[in-house]
Amino acid sequence: MNWRVIIQIAGRHLITRKKQTGVAALGVTFGIGTFIILMSFMTGLNGMLDGLILNRTPHVHVYNEVKPSEQQPVDYYEEFKNSFNVVRSIKPKMNQMRIHNAVELMNDLERDERVKGVTPQVSAQVFYLAGSIQLNGRLNGINVLDEVKLFNFGDYIVKGSAEELAKNSEGILLGAGVAKKLSLEIGDRVQISSFTGDLYHLKIVGIYQSGLAEFDNVQSFANVKTVQKILGEGNNYISDINVKLFDIDQSKQVSKELERVYDISAVDIETANAQFETGTQIRNLITYAVSVTLLLVAGFGIYNILNMMIYEKMNDIAILKATGFSGKDVKYIFISQAMLIGLIGGILGLVMGFMLSVAIDHAPFETEALPTIKTFPVNFNALYYIVGVSFALISTFLAGYLPSRKAEKIDPVEIIRGQ
Amino acid sequence: MKTILEAKNINKYFLDPVKFHVLKDISFTVSQGEFVSIMGKSGCGKSTLLYILSTLDTSYEGELIIDGEMATGKNNKQLAVIRNEHIGFVFQFHYLLPEFSVIDNVMLPAKKLNRKPLEEIREDAMNKLRLLDIAEQADKLASRISGGQKQRVAIARALINDPAIIMGDEPTGNLDSKNSQNVFNLLRELSVEKNLTLLVVTHDQDFADKTDRIITMEDGRIIK
Ligand SMILES: Nc1ncnc2c1ncn2[C@@H]1O[C@H](COP(=O)(O)OP(=O)(O)O)[C@@H](O)[C@H]1O
Ligand SMILES: [Mg+2]
Repeated sequence: MNWRVIIQIAGRHLITRKKQTGVAALGVTFGIGTFIILMSFMTGLNGMLDGLILNRTPHVHVYNEVKPSEQQPVDYYEEFKNSFNVVRSIKPKMNQMRIHNAVELMNDLERDERVKGVTPQVSAQVFYLAGSIQLNGRLNGINVLDEVKLFNFGDYIVKGSAEELAKNSEGILLGAGVAKKLSLEIGDRVQISSFTGDLYHLKIVGIYQSGLAEFDNVQSFANVKTVQKILGEGNNYISDINVKLFDIDQSKQVSKELERVYDISAVDIETANAQFETGTQIRNLITYAVSVTLLLVAGFGIYNILNMMIYEKMNDIAILKATGFSGKDVKYIFISQAMLIGLIGGILGLVMGFMLSVAIDHAPFETEALPTIKTFPVNFNALYYIVGVSFALISTFLAGYLPSRKAEKIDPVEIIRGQ
Repeated sequence: MKTILEAKNINKYFLDPVKFHVLKDISFTVSQGEFVSIMGKSGCGKSTLLYILSTLDTSYEGELIIDGEMATGKNNKQLAVIRNEHIGFVFQFHYLLPEFSVIDNVMLPAKKLNRKPLEEIREDAMNKLRLLDIAEQADKLASRISGGQKQRVAIARALINDPAIIMGDEPTGNLDSKNSQNVFNLLRELSVEKNLTLLVVTHDQDFADKTDRIITMEDGRIIK
């Protein structure tokens, strides 16, 4: 196969039909451009939502759930072992919120090589007091720097900084809703009352805003030690442990293990966010469906133009065959033509996709719910550009294949005789 | 004298619309350097024979040997190679690729053959165009030259791979008498000076009289 001359002929055919070629290529351009834009935008959106939820959600959340014992006293009786026992009005056993042996459990987890990091939390019911106003709330004790590192906690801090809290044992990151209701600002002091009635003055070192109002209206954050003190508990009092793994796919397995070995409640990220995956998949599906449809339309355009061209080029085909080009050569001439259209259209599509993606990436997008997002999220992934060009080439190849087969089969004698 | 083309008992039938025995037991040879013309009434099968001899048509009975190589029974790809390398074809209607320049048209079969570097092919093509006295048109678009010029370009193209034989189906049939004369003289010169082998179908008696040998056909048979 002598590709140089084949490409030369194909190219010449295209150049002398600039208009038709342009229209056909433009079809591909729109298909690929749309694919790139949709893909970049959709996955950007996915990535942002991942960032919003997945990156900030522990892969495994360990806590002590208040629930009735699975084994009721009657189950321990040998005599009733094979009978069907009905126990009515089961109440949970008196239970503490704390995780038993939390410090040891955390040490064990730290040593596990699947685990990237572990953060403890202490959660306390409190009242926020300002003058005569009393607000119900929840104060979470955290190791703020670890939270920032592992769970992007910093994204939630809209004023002030994590470092300020880490430095200040009397500091608090006040929920944005709480701050608004109490008309408090960064630098002010807020009074906290524990359930036992003790009062504490904490200095507001920052404002916390997750974007979820029901959260921001009650939640605040302080250091673990501070909350333990408010609760009147020692430093082994931990109510939640958040685990981040190296591989998110192991979260289910790890959470099962923890439940079995430590007799504790552990929920993995997939179970906690089951609906999430579905959303991502549907967005991808839509993107592919739209792009394939556009390419299909472009493909039909190319198919038509090639069919027409082959009809016009009967004489050329006959002459090429008479002068020693084989049927395959002729077929490849027309397939090359289709694929050149695909290549040109595809590359233009990439350029168009890229430029519009850049434009979208710079378009302002501000919303209360997403305090850290300032512009539309766009994912610039080289993979989509590679997939885009491959798409263009494959679809134009398919569009060119049938007409080219026809050209391959044309009998030159019929054409020459026909004149 | 070396035999360039040999046809042995060639028979051909058309089945559509009715079975029709168009070529009947055609046998003849053409030797190196001969200028042979085929004559006969319209419809006697000259073109049909030439398409078979040029390997374009493969549905026939009998044997065809070109430049010592059995062409009968070869597949399309192999036949394309034979045509490319050994046969130059000139049609009645000057079939040039209209979107290519004159020189590109001449170069194409050599590019397909792919035996020489591009520069050398271009040089060869220029030489053929000079030989046919049309070098000054080299860079013109093939669709922008006159009929007589086109036919000379077609001959130049037929010559580009130095084929064993040049076949022509009424190559002057579509030209006025002056241009016909011109083209014939060129072919005659090539035959004498380059020792080329030529097999040309014509209905022009004057033309045929000046060739080395005339094969006369009637109703699908060679009668002389
Ligand atoms: N494809 C075909 N199907 C049926 N008959 C044909 C076909 N092509 C040519 N013929 C017939 O075969 C005969 C020979 O045709 P042709 O070789 O073109 O004659 P010539 O070139 O000598 O004028 C004619 O009678 C013509 O009608
Ligand atoms: Mg004829």
